[in-house]
Amino acid sequence: MSNTKSIVLYLHVHQPFRIRHYTAFDTAINSDYFDSPYDSPASNEQVLKKVTAKSYIPTNTILLRLLNRYPDFRFSLSITGTVLEQMERWAPEALRSFQELVATGRVEIVAETYHHSLAFFYSMSEFEIQVKMHEDKVQKLFGSKPKVFRNTELAYNNDLAKWAEAKGYTGILAEGWDPVLGWRNPNFVYRPAGTQNIALLMKNYKLSDDLAFRFSDKNWSEWPLTASKYIKWLESSKDSSNINLFMDYETFGEHQWADSGIFDFLEHLPSEWLKNDQHNFRTVSEVIEQNEKVDDIDVPNTITWADTERDLSAWLGNPMQNTAINNLYELTDKIHETKDLQLIEDWRKLQTSDHFYYMCTKYFSDGDIHAYFSPYDSPYEAHINFMNAYRDIVYRITQKGIDIDG
Amino acid sequence: MLGWELPPFNSGGLGVACYQLCKSLAQNDADIDFIIPYHAEHDIDFMNVIPAMPQDVALITKSGLAYDSQKFSYNNGSTTELSIIDQYYVYSQSALAIAKSKKFDVLHAHDWLTFRAALLIKQQIDCPVILHVHSVESDRAGSDSGNEIVKEVEETAMMMADEIIAVSEHTKSKIIEDYNIPEDKIQVVHNSADSTVVTNDQLDNSYKFLLEMKKYGYKVVANVGRLTVQKGLPNFLKSARRVIDVCPKTYFLIVGSGEQFQELVDLASELGISDKVVFTEFQRGKKWRDAFKVADLFVMPSVSEPFGLTPLEAIGFKTPSLVSKQSGVSEVFKNCLKVDYWDIDEMSNLIASAISSDALLEELTNRGYDEYQLMSWQDSADKMTNIYRRHLTLAEASR
Repeated sequence: MSNTKSIVLYLHVHQPFRIRHYTAFDTAINSDYFDSPYDSPASNEQVLKKVTAKSYIPTNTILLRLLNRYPDFRFSLSITGTVLEQMERWAPEALRSFQELVATGRVEIVAETYHHSLAFFYSMSEFEIQVKMHEDKVQKLFGSKPKVFRNTELAYNNDLAKWAEAKGYTGILAEGWDPVLGWRNPNFVYRPAGTQNIALLMKNYKLSDDLAFRFSDKNWSEWPLTASKYIKWLESSKDSSNINLFMDYETFGEHQWADSGIFDFLEHLPSEWLKNDQHNFRTVSEVIEQNEKVDDIDVPNTITWADTERDLSAWLGNPMQNTAINNLYELTDKIHETKDLQLIEDWRKLQTSDHFYYMCTKYFSDGDIHAYFSPYDSPYEAHINFMNAYRDIVYRITQKGIDIDG
Repeated sequence: MLGWELPPFNSGGLGVACYQLCKSLAQNDADIDFIIPYHAEHDIDFMNVIPAMPQDVALITKSGLAYDSQKFSYNNGSTTELSIIDQYYVYSQSALAIAKSKKFDVLHAHDWLTFRAALLIKQQIDCPVILHVHSVESDRAGSDSGNEIVKEVEETAMMMADEIIAVSEHTKSKIIEDYNIPEDKIQVVHNSADSTVVTNDQLDNSYKFLLEMKKYGYKVVANVGRLTVQKGLPNFLKSARRVIDVCPKTYFLIVGSGEQFQELVDLASELGISDKVVFTEFQRGKKWRDAFKVADLFVMPSVSEPFGLTPLEAIGFKTPSLVSKQSGVSEVFKNCLKVDYWDIDEMSNLIASAISSDALLEELTNRGYDEYQLMSWQDSADKMTNIYRRHLTLAEASR
């Protein structure tokens, strides 16, 4: 086994179509669920423009500079269909900057559902349609075909891995959660239990979350974190071939603001890491090609990358969330019967996992991370807006002459 | 007269009852100064509406509902927000100052928020004081023990009052039970309704989704009111669950705001009926009226309702009601369905039976509407006028 060690940096880019303050008096009258006034916290245009200015443009500028400066620098991106649509509409300059990154040939796009949905757990046919929609969108905008799959929120289990193998993906991503890994560490290429050819890459959540969650926390004993200190931590894990740093793209400039020093950190990461000639950067499919699978990983129950539970409870943990998502997917057959593409698309946009995340009541009283990302005052408001929009979808189906109870 | 709210700046039945009663009293030649704790343009010509305000205050504006904070703007330009309890103290001092500057025969005070003012005025000016009890603290608190400050002022004021008016037999017995007030001191003057001719124009309803689903055979069961313990809505939702099991084509409409909002949204989800329960916030005007109109059945499931005007408002829009037996309105309104608030079995049964039988709904509507047509606040005003006269005579005699 060689002594080379790779950083596998993978950034996830996503924005949902947030539902506006949508009341019972809008249902069956206006179907503009996603059109908030510009000054509202739920305005998709406003959020996208803000994130473009704070995160996408400055981060991509640095990433492109790093790609030009270091021929060995490379990384992977997943970009949802919903955020791509929003960039096309409101921030074409952001889209261009992503296209420039991919055009270097050293930035790999990862497959996922177009709508950032949890469809895998509710409707296989719908799930496959959304994966195909995403693939087509990526092909059209970036001219590449993804080879590695990631499911929404890194929601993963053995069945998903088997599905991905059958679809010809070479790899799949998951959280490197200790109860699943047991005595092993996440810094190798693994094989999902019950598969032959597909590889499993597991997020090193400690090192990833040092950046994504803790970087600007002044109460953290390691604050402030410099690139050289961080690289020492990466080097100290001797027993590893690849360190999988998976995180939200918006870590750079949005979750961690510019004044935290996150951009300087990013700028210095490659030079610090590449000081050692055994070190390199790899995209997800490269690291899979270049490394043997060292062991099987068995994940019978779904794991995700969220919260201390690492399960789906942030999206499906309370009755408001479950009833909303069940009601939505119960419409699957009827909605396809309508053959109304706009209606079907609106229904799909309601599947985006963020809507259910906004209804999360775990730690609601603590005003934690869930509240930070929500455009609503409470999970209850999120639920009511959603259900009013859901009933409008029901109304639109009935207007097509389809018996909703039949 | 001392009051806390008048329409359209009211949050519920108290303001409506004061307005209607005064309107009818004015027809009996009563000359009324009505003191309220805020500034607003009321379209009222049958009495003087006077804002109670401290000398250095230029303007008091309501923010939100009657039981929310109010904004005080001072002459020097500064402003401050006062909580309900602070307003209650400010109001009593200001009302006293106004009372001292006026000549009047009888002081008539509505509900606990004005009772401290009534006590102060009684102390300083010897006049007959009539307390009008629209609700007592134990009604409002539901199963809780209630606020001790409120209970104290209710008890003290009722003990010193010359006469107590209860809006129902239900309230009268609560007053006796909670505060040990002699029965003879309490008169029941029921609230009423002034029948107006309404056009139930079903085509122009704000609840378009519900209207549309009715074409597909869906029924709508509504509640309009504050989302508080007193209103008994958890039992309503539990009944809704059972109704949907047997009548899946049913929507439930809940119009109102209040501290139970989150609990009720949670409960609807836990019961798995979120798709069938439509929550809106507190509404006024057309959206308030349309909630009654779009409903096939109105339900008032209150745990304890001193009177409860909403079923009469509902029948005014030709919508029949199911009301809890623990309400004042159930004493006077005959052509409606009645149930004990705690009896979820029977509540479910009655809702499901009513919406499954057009004949029953029609009969309840027609008979209830006839009954409503005969109701008038004038009867209540006449009773009040007689009570005023008796106190005037007594005051005259003791002079």
